[in-house]
Amino acid sequence: MEYIISVLLSGVSVGGQYALIAIGYTLVYGILRLINFAHGDVFMVAGLMGIYLAAVLPITLSLPLVIILTVLLGFAIERVAYKPLREAPRMSVMISAIGVSYLLQNTATYVTGGQPMTYPTIPFLSGTVDVAGTQTKWVVIITPILVLALVFALTQLINRTKVGMAMRAVSKDFETSRLMGIKINSVISVTFIIGSALAGIGSILFFTNYPAITPMSGAMPGLKAFVAAVFGGIGSIPGAVIGAFIIGIAETIIKGLPSSWDVSVFSDAFTFALLIIILVFKPQGLFGEAATDKV
Amino acid sequence: MKENKRFFPTLAGIALLLIFVILLENISAAVPGLPDVFQPTSPLFTVLKKAAVYSLVAVSMNLLNGFTGLFSLGQAGFMLLGAYTYAILTVPAAQKDQVYYLFGGCAFEFSFVDMFGMVFGNSGVGGAVSMVLGCLLAIILAGVVAGFFAFLIGFPVLRLKSDYLAIATLGFAEILRAIFQWQKLGPITNGANMIKGFPTFSSFNITGPSGNVILRLSTFIPFFITTVCIVLIVLLINSSYGRAFKSIRDDEVAAEAMGIGLFRHKTLSFVISSFFAGVGGALFAMYVANAQAKAFTSTMTYEILLIVVIGGIGSVSGSVIATFLYVACSEWWLRFLDSEMYFGSFKIPLLRNGFRMVVFSVVIMVIVLFFSNGIMGNREIDLLKPFGKKNKKKEGHTH
Amino acid sequence: MKKILACLMTGVMAFSLVACSTTPPATGGTDAAGGQAAEGSAEAGGATDGAAADSAAAAGDTIRIGVFEPSTGDSASGGKKETLGMQFANSETPTVEVGGKTYNVELVMADNGSSADKAPSAASELVGKNVSLVLGSYGSGVSMAGGPKFEEAGLAAIGVTCTNPNVTAGNDYYFRICFLDNFQADVLANFAMEKFSAKKAYCLGENGNEYDQGLVAFFTQVFEGAGGEVISDSFPTNNSDFTSYLNKAKSEGVDVIFTPVSIAYAKQIMEQAASLGIDIPFLGSDTLDDNMVLEATKDTNLQLYVSTFYQEGGSETFDKGIKDYINNNSDAMTANGGNDTISAVTAMGYDAYYVALEAIKAAGSGDKAAIKAAIPSVKWDGVSGSIAFNEVGDAVRDTAYIKTADTANGTWAFEKVQSGSGK
Repeated sequence: MEYIISVLLSGVSVGGQYALIAIGYTLVYGILRLINFAHGDVFMVAGLMGIYLAAVLPITLSLPLVIILTVLLGFAIERVAYKPLREAPRMSVMISAIGVSYLLQNTATYVTGGQPMTYPTIPFLSGTVDVAGTQTKWVVIITPILVLALVFALTQLINRTKVGMAMRAVSKDFETSRLMGIKINSVISVTFIIGSALAGIGSILFFTNYPAITPMSGAMPGLKAFVAAVFGGIGSIPGAVIGAFIIGIAETIIKGLPSSWDVSVFSDAFTFALLIIILVFKPQGLFGEAATDKV
Repeated sequence: MKENKRFFPTLAGIALLLIFVILLENISAAVPGLPDVFQPTSPLFTVLKKAAVYSLVAVSMNLLNGFTGLFSLGQAGFMLLGAYTYAILTVPAAQKDQVYYLFGGCAFEFSFVDMFGMVFGNSGVGGAVSMVLGCLLAIILAGVVAGFFAFLIGFPVLRLKSDYLAIATLGFAEILRAIFQWQKLGPITNGANMIKGFPTFSSFNITGPSGNVILRLSTFIPFFITTVCIVLIVLLINSSYGRAFKSIRDDEVAAEAMGIGLFRHKTLSFVISSFFAGVGGALFAMYVANAQAKAFTSTMTYEILLIVVIGGIGSVSGSVIATFLYVACSEWWLRFLDSEMYFGSFKIPLLRNGFRMVVFSVVIMVIVLFFSNGIMGNREIDLLKPFGKKNKKKEGHTH
Repeated sequence: MKKILACLMTGVMAFSLVACSTTPPATGGTDAAGGQAAEGSAEAGGATDGAAADSAAAAGDTIRIGVFEPSTGDSASGGKKETLGMQFANSETPTVEVGGKTYNVELVMADNGSSADKAPSAASELVGKNVSLVLGSYGSGVSMAGGPKFEEAGLAAIGVTCTNPNVTAGNDYYFRICFLDNFQADVLANFAMEKFSAKKAYCLGENGNEYDQGLVAFFTQVFEGAGGEVISDSFPTNNSDFTSYLNKAKSEGVDVIFTPVSIAYAKQIMEQAASLGIDIPFLGSDTLDDNMVLEATKDTNLQLYVSTFYQEGGSETFDKGIKDYINNNSDAMTANGGNDTISAVTAMGYDAYYVALEAIKAAGSGDKAAIKAAIPSVKWDGVSGSIAFNEVGDAVRDTAYIKTADTANGTWAFEKVQSGSGK
């Protein structure tokens, strides 16, 4: 029993972290129809910035600064690598995203010298707590709550504000909304800013829980978060979050299955198999809007 | 047709190139006192071998991405299938116990080389014949296995479009890697351990009775196999199938309206591309002298994709040129960026380990952003008239 | 114009990250090139590899030793520490006397990128630079991938810490100075049974990593052979959540947890085990003997025991020398992970360099064929023990050091010298 609770706890915490990245994917995909391959790496760079900033600044200053810098990075990437290709075929933009991801990883290798880096301990978040007889970090408990709060705030933003309305319009029909006088570029920038800010927050939570950062740290969570976004129905924020939790929990359950079955190695493979199955049988995902040009 | 008239002169040109490779590789033995770079062990030949292997994979990816408009990122997965097929089938039976030491030997107790060895003998000329035949059969089978898996996976995923297809094939490659690394399959795949001990490029060097090398063919072999494969791909592209592929790329709906079976042609292109990726995988295994699933990551696919982009999506010769430039830069010419340098007593800043890859990725970004047509766009080099007027293809933009 | 601007911004993006680095670019040390290095001063500072010997080369002939190590990729951390040992040894003894003539010894680096597809070109880079012999690599996979290139070129390679049996088997030109996976697993299994009377063990390794899986397999053989029970799991590459595995081990009630994983994972596992409050002893292989892993256990209740090649305090002069070297050289400090705890691989790199010098002396020249012929007979009393080679080219070693993490002080404490079951 204790064991089952501990597995579910890890699942919820992993899922929550995927959710924060998945929202970034789903927003960008909803608007630009672009799989932002670099998003996972932005998340990794945010983690590295957390380390370097915490080394020189007090934690209360460095954490907000991490989020601000991550937002700037996301914004800059969009302006430099995606905006010039607005009229180009979708494949070119995606290749550009892969290029950015390659650049970020190689730069991170250069800066860190290839050494795994240790994320600083954050007071309170890094502390431990007992839940039903299992010891765990506070961050594990906080993550899902924070995710739900952020999702609530975000849905309010999208449904109630003018920017949100513009975002919805652009994701529905790019060309028409441009004709209607929506400033496409600012809407896209806002999308990237929101996505990157969430990646920044996600990096703080994720690396507090799993404190070793390598240049490849962002790649896997990034891909899985994308799968989560597809699973939940791309473009749908609640869908991305629920997809992320399902994937996170399923993954930890697979890891937690009896060793004699020897299936724990397939926890990543399972995620991708799920992706292929979803794409083939229910391409709009759990909550996505039916039949557009996606598949 | 125009293409047919050119066929034989082109063939002669290719033959000349291959002869040049043989000469280049053996020149240091014949002419003493040449610079070190012509020594058979110099980085030049390592780069040439790797580039020959990669150019086949790049062209196979271009067939799919550039000529059929299917954005697939599964290339590393198909290479993995090819590499393992080749390796498992050619490790001599006598070596299997040593290679599979964790699993008490391999489940397949035979090897093609041994099989032909029973017919032609295992030493001298007979040994050489059986090795060549064994390797050739294994390389072809490597392609067949990759193609077969492509057929299976293609059935569901080829219904997907652009980026969804990309991510599904990427996922498929990851699943394959996990399966091949699974310890339970150890008696076949050797689990996490690498398979080694099979014939590599160097095995093709012709040696005299005392073991001294008489004629080096280790660079020629990858060039030869790659050239044959690329010629086949070019013939395919120029056939009616190739035109069907291009029409699918340019406009699916129009192509379908013209009576082109969409799914059938997409599957065909996917299977053929994977076949050559599998052959490329087998060559890769020969190049690194081992087969290990760890090497076939999505990073490898990205690298090949970037090569295709640099060369020009939709240009076979572009892919080939880009591969040679890419491999030479990343593995040889830019290596100096990784070590500290002094200009007099001034230490050049920034140079240290890892800088090469940063510079390299910046260069790639610049190419992707500002020279999105790549080196060749969708043009081709005419082997015979390099100075004549460019052989511009009629179709418009690649996409 | 716009394009140029965007171009600039791409650059800025890249370099702003670079600027984030807290490591200031190494200053100083440039004057030390040549002169000081030749005097064998440990103060040679930043004048590592090429620079030192290049300027000194004018004075006499140079013998080049290739360093085939990863400085990028997932084994970069270990590779750099191993290189550090060689660089220190080189700064200590930058010359070798052969046949009455003094030669400068120059280290030539080639980064094998921790990956099998980059290794062959790195190997031929070294071959192309006419090195006399090669040291390395950290990581068996890259050694096996580079091995055929060295063999082809008739160049001997001395593996420093590549422990997979297949590195030297089937390659006449590969030697090594470390023990093998099966020996190490044997040692640890025996240690588990002797110290903890362990009956049930949990093994965790990375899927597809020959090092992890090899050790787990050998450990299982020995442990089950002695009547114990082993449960093992593999995690996928780039995995970061280990809590499920650790909780599983806990709920299974195992006596020891064996984690022969690479440094980044080990660090992650230790951190997470600490937050889960796991008090089952951890057993680690030589990769866990790393100050980053040690740091993760500091101020926790974890018990970590690792088998290794060298224990700090084994040779006082070496300890002092290398610490001075690290503390006086910012690059070396970064390579060592920001402090001066000595990793066993550094000691091994140090020994490897002296074995190489012995081989050069025995060969009587810098000729690679002569050196290859001389290596099997080389014997050297290094800081990590005495080194000699057997007929396969492996080092003859029958003991390993076991040390434990002193979690209160953040240091390694010597536990015992452990031998295998003698199989």
